[in-house]
Amino acid sequence: MSSMKLMDLQKKLIAVARANPPSDRVPPTFEKRIMALIAGRPVQDIWAVWAKALWYAAAPCVAVMLLFSGWAFIESPKSNQTPTVDLAQQLDNTLLAAVDQSNNSAQ
Amino acid sequence: MERTEAELIAAVLKGDAASFEPLIEKYSPRVFATARRYARRESEIEDIVQEVWLKAYQKLGSFRGEAPFEHWLMRLAVRTCYDFLRSHQRNRESAFSDLSEPEDDWLDRFISQPRAVREDAEAAQQLVQRVLQHLSPPARLVITLLEIEDRSVKEISKLTGWSVPLVKVRAFRARAEMRKILAKIAKDKYL
Repeated sequence: MSSMKLMDLQKKLIAVARANPPSDRVPPTFEKRIMALIAGRPVQDIWAVWAKALWYAAAPCVAVMLLFSGWAFIESPKSNQTPTVDLAQQLDNTLLAAVDQSNNSAQ
Repeated sequence: MERTEAELIAAVLKGDAASFEPLIEKYSPRVFATARRYARRESEIEDIVQEVWLKAYQKLGSFRGEAPFEHWLMRLAVRTCYDFLRSHQRNRESAFSDLSEPEDDWLDRFISQPRAVREDAEAAQQLVQRVLQHLSPPARLVITLLEIEDRSVKEISKLTGWSVPLVKVRAFRARAEMRKILAKIAKDKYL
Protein backbone atom coordinates (compact mmCIF):
# COMPACT_ATOMS: atom_id res chain seq x y z
CA MET A 1 0.00 0.00 0.00
CA SER A 2 1.46 3.40 -0.98
CA SER A 3 2.13 6.09 1.62
CA MET A 4 -0.63 8.23 0.07
CA LYS A 5 -3.06 5.36 0.54
CA LEU A 6 -1.90 5.00 4.15
CA MET A 7 -2.54 8.70 4.77
CA ASP A 8 -6.00 8.33 3.26
CA LEU A 9 -6.69 5.31 5.44
CA GLN A 10 -5.54 7.23 8.51
CA LYS A 11 -7.85 10.14 7.62
CA LYS A 12 -10.73 7.74 6.96
CA LEU A 13 -10.30 5.98 10.30
CA ILE A 14 -10.16 9.31 12.14
CA ALA A 15 -13.36 10.32 10.32
CA VAL A 16 -14.96 7.02 11.39
CA ALA A 17 -14.03 7.69 15.02
CA ARG A 18 -15.41 11.24 14.80
CA ALA A 19 -18.63 10.08 13.20
CA ASN A 20 -19.26 7.56 15.98
CA PRO A 21 -18.88 9.26 19.36
CA PRO A 22 -19.08 6.95 22.37
CA SER A 23 -22.29 6.60 24.30
CA ASP A 24 -22.79 8.74 27.41
CA ARG A 25 -25.15 6.22 29.01
CA VAL A 26 -24.86 6.02 32.78
CA PRO A 27 -25.68 2.70 34.50
CA PRO A 28 -28.80 2.89 36.68
CA THR A 29 -28.25 4.02 40.28
CA PHE A 30 -24.59 4.74 39.53
CA GLU A 31 -24.68 7.95 41.60
CA LYS A 32 -26.03 6.00 44.59
CA ARG A 33 -23.08 3.63 44.36
CA ILE A 34 -20.62 6.54 44.36
CA MET A 35 -22.43 8.18 47.28
CA ALA A 36 -22.16 4.93 49.26
CA LEU A 37 -18.41 4.86 48.61
CA ILE A 38 -18.04 8.50 49.53
CA ALA A 39 -19.83 8.12 52.86
CA GLY A 40 -17.29 8.32 55.61
CA ARG A 41 -14.50 9.69 53.43
CA PRO A 42 -13.48 13.21 54.36
CA VAL A 43 -12.90 15.95 51.78
CA GLN A 44 -9.21 16.75 51.73
CA ASP A 45 -8.69 20.31 52.94
CA ILE A 46 -5.39 21.58 51.53
CA TRP A 47 -4.89 24.03 54.41
CA ALA A 48 -5.47 21.27 56.93
CA VAL A 49 -2.90 19.09 55.15
CA TRP A 50 -0.38 21.95 55.26
CA ALA A 51 -1.12 22.71 58.90
CA LYS A 52 -0.66 19.05 59.79
CA ALA A 53 2.65 18.86 57.90
CA LEU A 54 3.94 22.06 59.53
CA TRP A 55 2.86 20.83 62.95
CA TYR A 56 4.78 17.57 62.39
CA ALA A 57 7.84 19.57 61.25
CA ALA A 58 7.82 21.79 64.34
CA ALA A 59 9.34 19.23 66.76
CA PRO A 60 12.38 18.35 64.57
CA CYS A 61 12.97 22.08 63.93
CA VAL A 62 13.01 22.81 67.67
CA ALA A 63 15.37 19.87 68.24
CA VAL A 64 17.78 21.12 65.56
CA MET A 65 17.59 24.64 66.99
CA LEU A 66 18.43 23.38 70.51
CA LEU A 67 21.29 21.29 69.13
CA PHE A 68 22.83 24.28 67.36
CA SER A 69 22.28 26.55 70.38
CA GLY A 70 24.08 24.05 72.62
CA TRP A 71 26.91 23.68 70.16
CA ALA A 72 27.29 27.45 69.81
CA PHE A 73 27.25 27.84 73.60
CA ILE A 74 29.99 25.21 74.08
CA GLU A 75 32.16 26.50 71.25
CA SER A 76 31.82 30.23 72.08
CA PRO A 77 34.98 31.90 73.57
CA LYS A 78 34.98 32.42 77.33
CA SER A 79 34.03 35.94 78.40
CA ASN A 80 37.42 36.64 80.05
CA GLN A 81 39.33 35.71 76.90
CA THR A 82 39.98 38.56 74.49
CA PRO A 83 39.50 37.48 70.92
CA THR A 84 42.68 37.52 68.87
CA VAL A 85 40.81 38.94 65.89
CA ASP A 86 38.19 41.62 66.37
CA LEU A 87 35.61 40.62 63.76
CA ALA A 88 33.42 43.70 64.33
CA GLN A 89 36.36 46.02 63.71
CA GLN A 90 37.34 44.10 60.57
CA LEU A 91 33.79 44.35 59.22
CA ASP A 92 33.79 48.11 59.92
CA ASN A 93 37.08 48.55 58.10
CA THR A 94 35.90 46.56 55.09
CA LEU A 95 32.62 48.42 54.76
CA LEU A 96 34.16 51.84 55.21
CA ALA A 97 37.24 51.17 53.10
CA ALA A 98 35.80 52.92 50.07
CA VAL A 99 34.82 55.99 52.12
CA ASP A 100 38.26 56.19 53.69
CA GLN A 101 39.91 55.93 50.29
CA SER A 102 37.80 58.72 48.80
CA ASN A 103 38.56 60.94 51.86
CA ASN A 104 42.31 60.33 51.47
CA SER A 105 42.28 61.12 47.77
CA ALA A 106 40.29 64.35 48.40
CA GLN A 107 42.94 65.52 50.86
CA MET B 1 -35.19 26.15 44.52
CA GLU B 2 -32.31 24.51 42.68
CA ARG B 3 -28.92 25.27 44.15
CA THR B 4 -26.05 26.49 41.99
CA GLU B 5 -22.86 24.48 41.52
CA ALA B 6 -20.90 26.90 43.69
CA GLU B 7 -23.46 26.45 46.50
CA LEU B 8 -23.34 22.67 46.19
CA ILE B 9 -19.53 22.64 46.29
CA ALA B 10 -19.47 24.97 49.29
CA ALA B 11 -21.95 22.69 51.09
CA VAL B 12 -19.81 19.60 50.37
CA LEU B 13 -16.74 21.39 51.68
CA LYS B 14 -18.64 22.21 54.87
CA GLY B 15 -19.32 18.50 55.38
CA ASP B 16 -22.66 17.97 53.61
CA ALA B 17 -21.66 15.00 51.43
CA ALA B 18 -25.23 14.61 50.07
CA SER B 19 -24.76 17.85 48.10
CA PHE B 20 -22.27 15.99 45.92
CA GLU B 21 -24.97 13.76 44.41
CA PRO B 22 -26.50 16.39 42.06
CA LEU B 23 -23.01 17.02 40.67
CA ILE B 24 -22.55 13.29 39.98
CA GLU B 25 -25.96 13.12 38.28
CA LYS B 26 -25.22 16.14 36.10
CA TYR B 27 -21.71 15.30 34.92
CA SER B 28 -21.61 11.47 34.88
CA PRO B 29 -22.73 11.24 31.22
CA ARG B 30 -19.74 13.34 30.13
CA VAL B 31 -17.31 11.39 32.29
CA PHE B 32 -18.70 8.08 30.97
CA ALA B 33 -18.37 9.27 27.36
CA THR B 34 -14.76 10.25 28.04
CA ALA B 35 -13.92 6.94 29.73
CA ARG B 36 -15.50 4.99 26.83
CA ARG B 37 -12.94 6.56 24.48
CA TYR B 38 -10.10 4.80 26.32
CA ALA B 39 -11.56 1.58 27.70
CA ARG B 40 -13.77 -1.04 26.06
CA ARG B 41 -15.06 -3.29 28.81
CA GLU B 42 -17.99 -1.84 30.71
CA SER B 43 -16.49 -2.97 34.04
CA GLU B 44 -13.27 -1.03 33.28
CA ILE B 45 -15.25 2.02 32.24
CA GLU B 46 -17.23 1.97 35.49
CA ASP B 47 -14.00 1.60 37.48
CA ILE B 48 -12.50 4.64 35.74
CA VAL B 49 -15.57 6.80 36.31
CA GLN B 50 -15.79 5.67 39.93
CA GLU B 51 -12.15 6.65 40.46
CA VAL B 52 -12.76 10.04 38.84
CA TRP B 53 -15.63 10.78 41.23
CA LEU B 54 -13.77 9.58 44.31
CA LYS B 55 -10.78 11.75 43.38
CA ALA B 56 -13.10 14.68 42.65
CA TYR B 57 -14.68 14.35 46.07
CA GLN B 58 -11.42 14.02 47.94
CA LYS B 59 -9.70 16.83 46.03
CA LEU B 60 -12.68 19.18 46.01
CA GLY B 61 -10.81 21.39 48.48
CA SER B 62 -8.29 22.19 45.74
CA PHE B 63 -11.02 23.44 43.36
CA ARG B 64 -10.65 27.23 43.49
CA GLY B 65 -13.69 28.12 41.42
CA GLU B 66 -11.68 30.22 38.96
CA ALA B 67 -12.65 27.94 36.06
CA PRO B 68 -15.98 26.08 35.72
CA PHE B 69 -16.30 22.87 37.76
CA GLU B 70 -16.80 20.92 34.53
CA HIS B 71 -13.33 21.91 33.23
CA TRP B 72 -11.72 20.89 36.53
CA LEU B 73 -13.59 17.58 36.47
CA MET B 74 -12.68 16.84 32.86
CA ARG B 75 -8.99 17.46 33.62
CA LEU B 76 -9.30 14.90 36.39
CA ALA B 77 -11.14 12.49 34.05
CA VAL B 78 -8.57 12.75 31.24
CA ARG B 79 -5.68 12.25 33.66
CA THR B 80 -7.39 9.23 35.23
CA CYS B 81 -7.97 7.75 31.75
CA TYR B 82 -4.29 8.31 30.93
CA ASP B 83 -3.27 6.53 34.15
CA PHE B 84 -5.57 3.68 33.12
CA LEU B 85 -3.94 3.44 29.67
CA ARG B 86 -0.47 3.42 31.22
CA SER B 87 -1.37 0.72 33.73
CA HIS B 88 -2.91 -1.45 30.98
CA GLN B 89 -0.33 -0.89 28.26
CA ARG B 90 0.94 -4.46 28.53
CA ASN B 91 -2.45 -5.60 27.29
CA ARG B 92 -1.85 -3.90 23.94
CA GLU B 93 -2.37 -6.42 21.18
CA SER B 94 0.71 -7.37 19.20
CA ALA B 95 -0.54 -8.89 15.95
CA PHE B 96 -3.10 -7.91 13.33
CA SER B 97 -3.48 -11.39 11.94
CA ASP B 98 -6.73 -11.71 13.87
CA LEU B 99 -8.63 -9.04 11.89
CA SER B 100 -12.25 -10.14 11.70
CA GLU B 101 -13.85 -10.92 8.37
CA PRO B 102 -15.97 -7.73 8.27
CA GLU B 103 -12.84 -5.68 9.10
CA ASP B 104 -10.96 -7.44 6.28
CA ASP B 105 -13.83 -6.75 3.88
CA TRP B 106 -14.01 -3.09 4.89
CA LEU B 107 -10.29 -2.70 4.26
CA ASP B 108 -10.59 -4.42 0.86
CA ARG B 109 -13.43 -2.08 -0.08
CA PHE B 110 -11.40 0.91 1.10
CA ILE B 111 -8.46 -0.13 -1.10
CA SER B 112 -10.64 -0.54 -4.18
CA GLN B 113 -13.07 2.36 -3.60
CA PRO B 114 -11.91 4.66 -0.78
CA ARG B 115 -14.81 7.10 -1.14
CA ALA B 116 -17.50 4.45 -1.25
CA VAL B 117 -16.86 2.88 2.15
CA ARG B 118 -19.26 3.80 4.95
CA GLU B 119 -17.98 5.59 8.05
CA ASP B 120 -20.73 4.25 10.28
CA ALA B 121 -19.99 0.61 9.47
CA GLU B 122 -19.50 -1.59 12.52
CA ALA B 123 -16.35 -3.08 10.97
CA ALA B 124 -14.80 0.35 10.51
CA GLN B 125 -15.45 1.20 14.15
CA GLN B 126 -13.88 -2.06 15.26
CA LEU B 127 -10.85 -1.39 13.09
CA VAL B 128 -10.43 2.09 14.59
CA GLN B 129 -10.58 0.60 18.09
CA ARG B 130 -8.03 -2.01 17.10
CA VAL B 131 -5.62 0.62 15.75
CA LEU B 132 -6.09 2.87 18.79
CA GLN B 133 -5.41 -0.08 21.10
CA HIS B 134 -2.02 -0.57 19.47
CA LEU B 135 -0.94 3.01 20.13
CA SER B 136 1.22 3.88 23.13
CA PRO B 137 -0.69 5.66 25.95
CA PRO B 138 0.53 9.19 25.13
CA ALA B 139 -0.08 8.64 21.40
CA ARG B 140 -3.59 7.33 22.01
CA LEU B 141 -4.43 10.22 24.31
CA VAL B 142 -3.15 12.87 21.94
CA ILE B 143 -4.76 11.30 18.81
CA THR B 144 -8.08 11.07 20.67
CA LEU B 145 -8.01 14.64 21.95
CA LEU B 146 -6.47 16.33 18.93
CA GLU B 147 -7.79 14.39 15.94
CA ILE B 148 -10.98 12.74 17.14
CA GLU B 149 -12.32 15.29 19.65
CA ASP B 150 -10.83 18.14 17.59
CA ARG B 151 -9.41 20.02 20.58
CA SER B 152 -6.72 22.70 20.30
CA VAL B 153 -3.13 22.15 21.44
CA LYS B 154 -3.67 24.69 24.22
CA GLU B 155 -6.76 22.85 25.47
CA ILE B 156 -4.88 19.55 25.45
CA SER B 157 -2.05 21.17 27.36
CA LYS B 158 -4.53 22.26 30.06
CA LEU B 159 -6.28 18.89 30.16
CA THR B 160 -3.15 16.77 30.37
CA GLY B 161 -0.80 19.08 32.26
CA TRP B 162 1.77 18.72 29.43
CA SER B 163 3.47 21.84 28.05
CA VAL B 164 2.36 23.14 24.61
CA PRO B 165 5.66 22.10 22.92
CA LEU B 166 5.36 18.64 24.50
CA VAL B 167 1.82 18.25 23.13
CA LYS B 168 3.10 19.22 19.65
CA VAL B 169 5.98 16.76 19.83
CA ARG B 170 3.70 13.97 21.06
CA ALA B 171 1.13 14.76 18.35
CA PHE B 172 3.83 14.48 15.69
CA ARG B 173 5.06 11.18 17.12
CA ALA B 174 1.51 9.87 17.54
CA ARG B 175 0.64 10.46 13.87
CA ALA B 176 3.84 8.70 12.85
CA GLU B 177 3.04 5.82 15.23
CA MET B 178 -0.43 5.49 13.75
CA ARG B 179 0.91 5.42 10.20
CA LYS B 180 3.40 2.74 11.25
CA ILE B 181 0.56 0.62 12.65
CA LEU B 182 -1.49 1.06 9.47
CA ALA B 183 1.55 0.09 7.40
CA LYS B 184 1.89 -3.05 9.50
CA ILE B 185 -1.78 -3.89 8.91
CA ALA B 186 -1.25 -3.47 5.18
CA LYS B 187 1.90 -5.59 5.26
CA ASP B 188 0.21 -8.37 7.24
CA LYS B 189 -2.78 -8.32 4.96
CA TYR B 190 -1.34 -7.90 1.50
CA LEU B 191 2.14 -9.45 1.70
